[in-house]
Amino acid sequence: MSKHHISATVNGDAVEFLCETEDTLLDVLRDQLGLTGTKEGCATGDCGACSVTVDGRLVCSCLMLGVEAKGKSIGTIEGIAQGEALHPLQRKFLEHAALQCGICTPGFLVAAKSLLEKSPDPSETEVRYWLAGNLCRCTGYDKIVRAVLDAAAEMRGA
Amino acid sequence: MQEKVKDAPLAEFKYVGTRPVRPDGVDKVTGRAKFGADLAMPGQLVGRVLRSPHPHARIKSIDATAALKLPGVKAVVTRDDFKDQPSEFIPAGEMMINYRDVVRSVMAREKALYEGHPVAAVAATTASVAKQALRLIKVDYEVLPHVIDVVEAMRPGAPLLHEDMVTAGVEPAPKTFSNIAKRIEFTIGDIDAGFKQADLIVERSFTTKPVHQGYIEPHACIASVSEDGQADVWVSTQGHWIVRAHCARLLGWDVSKVRVTAAEIGGGFGGKTVVYLEPVALALSRKAGRPVKMVMTREEVFRASGPTSGAHVRVKIGAKKDGRIVAADAELKYQAGAFPGSPVQPGCMCAFAPYDLDNVKVIGFDVVTNRPKVAAYRAPGGPIAEFAVESVIDEIAGKLGLDPIELRLKNAAKQGTKAAYGPKFGPIGLVETLEAAKAHAHWRTPLGKNQGRGVASGFWFNIGGETAVSLSLNEDGTLSLTAGTPDIGGLRASLCMMAAEELSVPLDKIRVQIGDTAQLGYNFLTGGSRSTFSSGMATVEAAREVMKEACKRAAQLWELPQDAVEYKDGAVRPAGPNAGKHTPMTLKDIAGVAGKTGGPIAGYSRINAHGAAPSFATHICDVEIDPETGRALVVRYTAIQDAGRAIHPSYVEGQYQGGVAQGIGWALNEEYIYGADGKLQNPGFLDYRVPVASDLPMIDTVIVEVPNPRHPYGVRGVGETPICPPMAAVANAIASATGVRFTDLPMSPPKVLKALDEARAKGTAKI
Repeated sequence: MSKHHISATVNGDAVEFLCETEDTLLDVLRDQLGLTGTKEGCATGDCGACSVTVDGRLVCSCLMLGVEAKGKSIGTIEGIAQGEALHPLQRKFLEHAALQCGICTPGFLVAAKSLLEKSPDPSETEVRYWLAGNLCRCTGYDKIVRAVLDAAAEMRGA
Repeated sequence: MQEKVKDAPLAEFKYVGTRPVRPDGVDKVTGRAKFGADLAMPGQLVGRVLRSPHPHARIKSIDATAALKLPGVKAVVTRDDFKDQPSEFIPAGEMMINYRDVVRSVMAREKALYEGHPVAAVAATTASVAKQALRLIKVDYEVLPHVIDVVEAMRPGAPLLHEDMVTAGVEPAPKTFSNIAKRIEFTIGDIDAGFKQADLIVERSFTTKPVHQGYIEPHACIASVSEDGQADVWVSTQGHWIVRAHCARLLGWDVSKVRVTAAEIGGGFGGKTVVYLEPVALALSRKAGRPVKMVMTREEVFRASGPTSGAHVRVKIGAKKDGRIVAADAELKYQAGAFPGSPVQPGCMCAFAPYDLDNVKVIGFDVVTNRPKVAAYRAPGGPIAEFAVESVIDEIAGKLGLDPIELRLKNAAKQGTKAAYGPKFGPIGLVETLEAAKAHAHWRTPLGKNQGRGVASGFWFNIGGETAVSLSLNEDGTLSLTAGTPDIGGLRASLCMMAAEELSVPLDKIRVQIGDTAQLGYNFLTGGSRSTFSSGMATVEAAREVMKEACKRAAQLWELPQDAVEYKDGAVRPAGPNAGKHTPMTLKDIAGVAGKTGGPIAGYSRINAHGAAPSFATHICDVEIDPETGRALVVRYTAIQDAGRAIHPSYVEGQYQGGVAQGIGWALNEEYIYGADGKLQNPGFLDYRVPVASDLPMIDTVIVEVPNPRHPYGVRGVGETPICPPMAAVANAIASATGVRFTDLPMSPPKVLKALDEARAKGTAKI
């Protein structure tokens, strides 16, 4: 069986790749495009480590097929910083020590960025429920939630 | 709110105690950091494991002929590819290992001992070919009766996992074989006489379920063996020297042939201190002549990597009316999984460690069952025993009408106390954590409707061990620090800060890396809360060696005796007026003349880090019970713990908070669920539910600092103690809210609701 030839946009760049029917978007990002910042924690959509945006919508890339990315615009962790400047969320994660091992961090950042685009002034509860699909086993979430709230405040100019 | 309680400051530090951004931070927020599964090698094959579908079966034969004929399959390995090993227990940090069992754990030999036990492995050009190949391997099993529960496994007549196993630690040696690998007992004083003095005796039995470490990164490695036998492994592990030792041993190779590089590690909590895939990947690579990458699925992680023990624990404590404990008795039965080696021994030692007691008796049993072999999990063994003991202590306080903190203070271990497990404590901070709890606003805040408050203390030993660190002065005066303990959560930051403090150089002038096994002498693993303590101690030594050498070079240039120069405030200076007037030389100046004055300058510390000191904690927990569903929600939590000295307080707080979150998961949700068929029913994060952000409140922390006199900066390990108190703190809070004492974990909504309904029928429920 021949592979599928797919054209898509990843972090603003046009990309082309060949994939098998069963390859997930996560497989494609990691194995075909070399974007290993997106992590696989479970491959069943339960941990959020593979969070990306597809046409602006937050999804688990392990739950979407590579062929479904055709013509879509994908956003990954590698596209969050702008040149030398870290995104405010990235800076706040560092300042608040909101990561320990760091494996879940890309997924949290992608998910949190997606939250702040929809809701620039979220409550603590809103942050906790929005991020409930992202598992972190190291931090107990305390510093992650604080970092997101602080980044939101900074981005609002508060 | 985050708080920090300090003694009178012993010294002013420039970097120690501050909160800089960690040096590996940017890589980890941009996706650049390379974790276990992120490396790819040219020509790599995909390795996959065939696992036993049966919890207990004799393996009569394995036929891989058809699999090997499948195009794209490059190698198959089975038990025949690993030499058998003699049976002997070797100490490995907080656990013991027996290579006879390690070789059987990596690849089943005579029998498959749990569902998921590796039976064969293939290396193929693609994942889909590898999967097809697994289906073509024919294994002829003779299915045997299995045993999952620890108490059932102890009964005479239970299916035997190891048909020649005789219980150790029983005199005279039993004449029959058993699943009980070991019985241990230790006593202090006279337990019967102690109970005779008691005004109140409380005895309770507890059960806990196996829980998984739950690191978000599945096990992953790449192995590459060249034609001349030089082997490289790139792996997510807590200890790459341990990986090297195990692989060399299991494959019969020289240690020097195996070089292991630690990838960034996506969580371990003790679960990445053993080998699963690495020896298999090496064996496959040797056969195939190409690199082999192996990554576990989440399901494999649950089915076939170590959770911690499930256990049955009985605790009996006698106290006087004033709260003084006069006798403490416990019996611990821990399941080890398929091979001996549960953490029952540290469990026995931890059980009563926070208290100053005259009469103690603890008996422990290490029991094998048809489950994956347990692996270390954060304070292995401690949380189970301490859950039981701290629950009974709470009940005693309630029955005597005493404040539970006061009762603990009355019995608390302090400097000079002979610990229930043997040694005499040096300076320890249990009393300080209890006092801080008593003084905390949380302890006095009124509770809301359907809420309860619990308190519990906790203890962990902490370890030191073999450690090597090198620190090179670069030609421009900057420094390269190489440590050998994988950085799981801020180690590089702490080491950098200690080196900067010693050398009085800015943090950004030091680059810290984790070296591979060929770059440094043997390093024991990141575990036992040892890495900041041990690698920190070695870093300080290496920095002092650099300063000493810098002084030697300056003395040489200034034509002074070495004791006439000193290193101060980041520069070598003449020591006093008699040494003459010389312009101080910074490290940059010294580095510039290093070549002319004797060559490169580097410090290299090789130590067995002695003097690790225990860390005690006291936690306060508020829960709110939903009277209709039985759901217990933690609404406020404060973790107070002695850090000795917090090098980077944010990462110390992070350890406290993370341990609490795991403990709350253990208390309320997490459990391995087995069917009658001996198969795990919840091998995924959907059904094995770890706490998510919306399950938890902010977790307040108080860092108490009672410096460890055996460490240059007073450091105690902090990583493990935080998981010890939460189960009892939550259970005590639920008891306070409901009037019902829960003794079986997890305290999940159906269980709480059922107990509440029973208590309501009896009229004893508070809600």
